Amino acid sequence: MTDTAVAAPHPRFRVQRWTPVSLLFTGGLSGLVVALAFGPVLLGENTQNNLIQLYFLVIMAMMWNALAGYGGLVSVGQQGFIGIGAYAAVFLSVQHGLNPYLSMLLATLIGGAIAIPVAAVVLWLRSGAFAIATWVVAEVFAILVSLDPNPAIGGGTGTSALLPFNLRYTPEQRLHYTYWAALGAVAVLLVLLFVLLRSRLGGSLQAIRDDEEAAASVGVRVLLGKGILFVVAGAGCAAAGTIILAWQLSVLPLGPNSVFGINWTARMIFMVLVGGLGTFEGPIIGAVVLYLLQTYVSVNGVWYFVMLGGVAIGFALLLPRGIWGTVQERFNVQLLPVGYRLRSGD
Amino acid sequence: MTWIADIVHGILLGGFYALLASGLALMFGVMRIINLAHGSLALVGAYMAFLLTEHLHISTYLALAPVLPGALVAGYVLQRTMLERSLRAGELVPLLTTFGLLIVIANLLQQFFSPDVHSLDAGRIGPASWHISSDLSIPWFDVLTLGVAFTVLGGLQLVLRFTQLGRELRATAEDAETAELVGVNARAVYARATAIAVAIAALAGVFYGMRSGFDPNAGANELLYAFEAVVIGGIGSLWGTLAGGIVLGVSQEVGAQINQEYFALGGHIVFLAVLVARSASSAPRIRYAFRRFA
Repeated sequence: MTDTAVAAPHPRFRVQRWTPVSLLFTGGLSGLVVALAFGPVLLGENTQNNLIQLYFLVIMAMMWNALAGYGGLVSVGQQGFIGIGAYAAVFLSVQHGLNPYLSMLLATLIGGAIAIPVAAVVLWLRSGAFAIATWVVAEVFAILVSLDPNPAIGGGTGTSALLPFNLRYTPEQRLHYTYWAALGAVAVLLVLLFVLLRSRLGGSLQAIRDDEEAAASVGVRVLLGKGILFVVAGAGCAAAGTIILAWQLSVLPLGPNSVFGINWTARMIFMVLVGGLGTFEGPIIGAVVLYLLQTYVSVNGVWYFVMLGGVAIGFALLLPRGIWGTVQERFNVQLLPVGYRLRSGD
Repeated sequence: MTWIADIVHGILLGGFYALLASGLALMFGVMRIINLAHGSLALVGAYMAFLLTEHLHISTYLALAPVLPGALVAGYVLQRTMLERSLRAGELVPLLTTFGLLIVIANLLQQFFSPDVHSLDAGRIGPASWHISSDLSIPWFDVLTLGVAFTVLGGLQLVLRFTQLGRELRATAEDAETAELVGVNARAVYARATAIAVAIAALAGVFYGMRSGFDPNAGANELLYAFEAVVIGGIGSLWGTLAGGIVLGVSQEVGAQINQEYFALGGHIVFLAVLVARSASSAPRIRYAFRRFA
């Protein structure tokens, strides 16, 4: 069986990637991102603060979905990279006096770099073993950071990045720059994932997710594919962590609500399951749902997480394709085309 | 001399981890799922015992009499309502639902019992210990825990080997579809396995509550320790779990000896080192090793 024999289109069918709907939508989304870039000029302070929250939720949901929905890797340790991002940014900006936004960028790359050795340890594990191993790694990161002898970093009472921001920027400038940084991170990561999943890698990743042995037997490089995803997700979650730091200015290392806390994973799983696991658009929808819930429905912290966990269980069991997966199945639309569609006639 | 004390205490602690881990290993072995809510279910056992001792003024050991059957029922219901559906939905779904359960349990416990630390009374043997030397003393309670762990593991082994349920469990673990062909009701077997696993978890939880204080978020660490014991011991054998628990306990005690704060870290690092060693030696995949459970 040669490549050409597989790829040669049947005369009556053709492979379609872009449809009028997806072209329209992708154009619309690009326009939306451009429009949102004017946020600091047009929107109030509160709205900007809220949108920053939405942006890092979108990043987290996309990253978690890339791992679980495309790589079949259920990680319960991505909070480790969120924490690494936040603390690496503190380390660079507080400790070494770097510009805080440059520190955020570098911290994102550090998150990706740290994901490489972690991948080497955890990626050969399957499903549940992988999940718990990632969690253990996240715990190790949290403990090591909290035990750091350096007073700017260590200590269970957390750390603050107020100083480096205030040295250079007024609070208003900080809000604007953080808003742009967060929106920029969303846009860059969205494009990166889109390109990655449309490439050959995207196809091989979905083959891995559906049947790892079968994929390996037809020549898919399983570990490489998973490794690339894991590193991108590590960097992406680190970016989310740096945005959280710039947004709330101080972070804690330990406990479920800390920057290394398991509650971030609870949010990620909620967003992805509600939006649609394994769909490109789903996590964005899930992030918007979570954002609307926490902005407009006031529930106290405890019941909020009970709801998060409960709804996630409900979706996993009753609507496993999530909101977007169900819509997609019903109406056969794809707004951001990462897949292939077979059309008859033309 | 303090090192010897650490090792002895680590071994005794390992008994507790084996108790905690055996339910996790049982479910993993039979259904090949990791129940991420395992530690949280153990914690629910501790909180239930706390309720009984507070309101009925009975001893913690007596509280086990209603807690354990309750846990059996809870496990059975859990399997029939949630896990069974999850299992049918694919390999990843049980992870998602049990993780959701973990979050729900931790926050409900926080709602009803406050985030404060609670503890259970271990009775008269709680504070008692044998003083071997000035550095080394052996708490009676730790010996009791180790004894209970031996009893539970031994009992589980006997059930698996000699009873009808045990034969059905092993057959289902080996190949559920073939087992069904020869008349085993796999769903019923799964439900019983989960019932037993949750009951052992609750037992471990009550012992945990007598050993140290607990708060609503303690379930997460207990899950990690239990899983580490299973992996270090070499997945697939119950007695390996005991060995794994002991290695984990000793690593934690030795870590704590270097620095009080390194207790959990010591265990985590040994666990990750074991993972690296296994991946380096390209050991058989965990999945296959698991087929030989019990």
